[in-house]
Amino acid sequence: MRHHRVLRIVSKLLIPFIVLFALYVQFHGDFGPGGGFQAGVIFASAFILYGLIFGLENARKVAPPAVVTRLVAAGVLIFAGTGYAGLFGGGNFLDYGALRADPVAGQHLGIMVIEFGVGTTVAATMITIFFLFAGRER
Amino acid sequence: MADLSVHLPALQVVVPLVAAPLCLLAGRAGLAWIIAFAASAAATATAAALAYITIHNGTISYHMGGWPPPWGIEYVVDTANAVILLLVSAIATVVLAFSPASVAKEIRPGSQHLFYCMFVLCLTGLLGIAVTGDAFNVFVFLEISSLSSYALIAMGGQRKALTAAFQYLIMGTIGATFFLIGVGLLYIMTGTLNMADMQARIAGIQDSRTVVAAFAFITVGLALKAALFPLHLWLPNAYAFAPSAVSAFIAATATKVSLYVLLRFTFTIFGAKFAFLNLPLNWVLLVPAVIAMFAGSLSAIFQRDVKRMLAYSSVAQIGYITLAISLASSAGLSAALIHIFNHGLMKAALFCAMGCIFYRIGTTRIDDMAGLGRQMPWTMTAIVIGGLSLLGVPLTAGFISKWYLVQAALQADLWWLVILIALSSMLALVYIWRLVEAMYFKAPPPGLEGAREAPLSMLLPTLFLAGANIYFGLDTRLPVAMAENAATLLLRGQM
Repeated sequence: MRHHRVLRIVSKLLIPFIVLFALYVQFHGDFGPGGGFQAGVIFASAFILYGLIFGLENARKVAPPAVVTRLVAAGVLIFAGTGYAGLFGGGNFLDYGALRADPVAGQHLGIMVIEFGVGTTVAATMITIFFLFAGRER
Repeated sequence: MADLSVHLPALQVVVPLVAAPLCLLAGRAGLAWIIAFAASAAATATAAALAYITIHNGTISYHMGGWPPPWGIEYVVDTANAVILLLVSAIATVVLAFSPASVAKEIRPGSQHLFYCMFVLCLTGLLGIAVTGDAFNVFVFLEISSLSSYALIAMGGQRKALTAAFQYLIMGTIGATFFLIGVGLLYIMTGTLNMADMQARIAGIQDSRTVVAAFAFITVGLALKAALFPLHLWLPNAYAFAPSAVSAFIAATATKVSLYVLLRFTFTIFGAKFAFLNLPLNWVLLVPAVIAMFAGSLSAIFQRDVKRMLAYSSVAQIGYITLAISLASSAGLSAALIHIFNHGLMKAALFCAMGCIFYRIGTTRIDDMAGLGRQMPWTMTAIVIGGLSLLGVPLTAGFISKWYLVQAALQADLWWLVILIALSSMLALVYIWRLVEAMYFKAPPPGLEGAREAPLSMLLPTLFLAGANIYFGLDTRLPVAMAENAATLLLRGQM
């Protein structure tokens, strides 16, 4: 890819904005359209673009597969952990209202943490799938 | 901290759910096994507690996230699903106890912790299907259990495991899609996904063609998942090429859970009157069930691989269960649930014994098992007990199943069914006898004379399952009491 100067420069310019947009979709999800699934995919697309332009080896250096695999699990644990927090806060499983003294603030906090867990798992899964398919010849 | 016993329905699912990512993070097979085993033992304890509560205090309802139904997701436990929860979690625990040596032998060293991760994920899905009172939630858990079981089957040692898993993936996805289309149609008609709410709203619009279409889609989708003849084609390869522990777990539980969902939708949501009087569900189930009993057993007779033989035998046994459902009587439903429970025990014992044999001789072909009766006497004892139970010989759990099934058929004045049940059991005698003959009356093939008994860690769970087949043949109180209670609830359309 050394000679594709336009592609390299444009993608280098775009990647920060893709990540930024992913974070916007992630953290705006509780006010408007968006949320963990969409944000996760957008976030992963930045890494996939990087992998396509700069090669799989470089992408693996940025996002080591061992770390990405662990993030898949971590996202699920964040989700389930929030559920348990509701349980120990005196509510039912996944009852965010029990996370804070003020139920509305609790609901807000709960959905944000949950969506963060979803986003983490979705992004990590997308990157893992890309790595697996791209590295299939080995 | 609040009283945990209130949260048992949620904990039933979320304890194994959390165990799955922990297994992945553990990274090592030993640690992952400890996590998986602890989670499934906890799930068994939870299921036992839930069974106790439902028998003594009636149905439990749990509101996920504190949102009351019909808005939120409701988990409902009555005796019908408590018995399924107990079966699934107990079998998972025993199979996990059996698995370390088997997995170490059959799965690549780098992916053994992933095996346990997938195993508890599959357990989560199956438990979730059984515990939930929300129609869409059933689909979500159905996918969780199916996707993880595709991965588990693909982990089998031979390359054919990949095609078997792919075949199952295609058929399973078609089944799940049909189910989802059915649930979607019901959602259009009723505007709700909560099962109890759906039941109330469906009562007035039963003549609608959309509701009939929804029922057809759901029945066909679940029949595919449950491997009801002629939709069973994915099953033999999936069971035959999966790793031993997976065969034992999935054969004992996965199809049974789909049959439970069929019961739930047919009787609780649509109602027996709609399914059996307005529509001819009894014939739709009865004819394939009878064909399954014979076709499954006949195919089993001609198999050279014992795991495949047992898989075809499962097709026949699912025939017995659907036959019992098709009678749509209290006795029939009891017989179905009792056989779901007992057949789980039989197939788990037999497939675990196959795991022991595979561990020692590296194959499950019937010719290679010649003479093993002397070399692996305890494993063979388990196979004989499991086989007798499959036949329905008195003093085994299988006899209880057949007894209730025959009684249900007689109560419905279908004496010719009794003859068919007896005839198909004779066919089972043929394939079990082939196995016994090979094991006890033939000389071992050259090169396999030195096989020893399987290690204790595999043998004890196998014998425990075989012992359970005898125990539940003598003391039938637990499954019979729960099944009869559940049959009454289902026929009344209660949850």
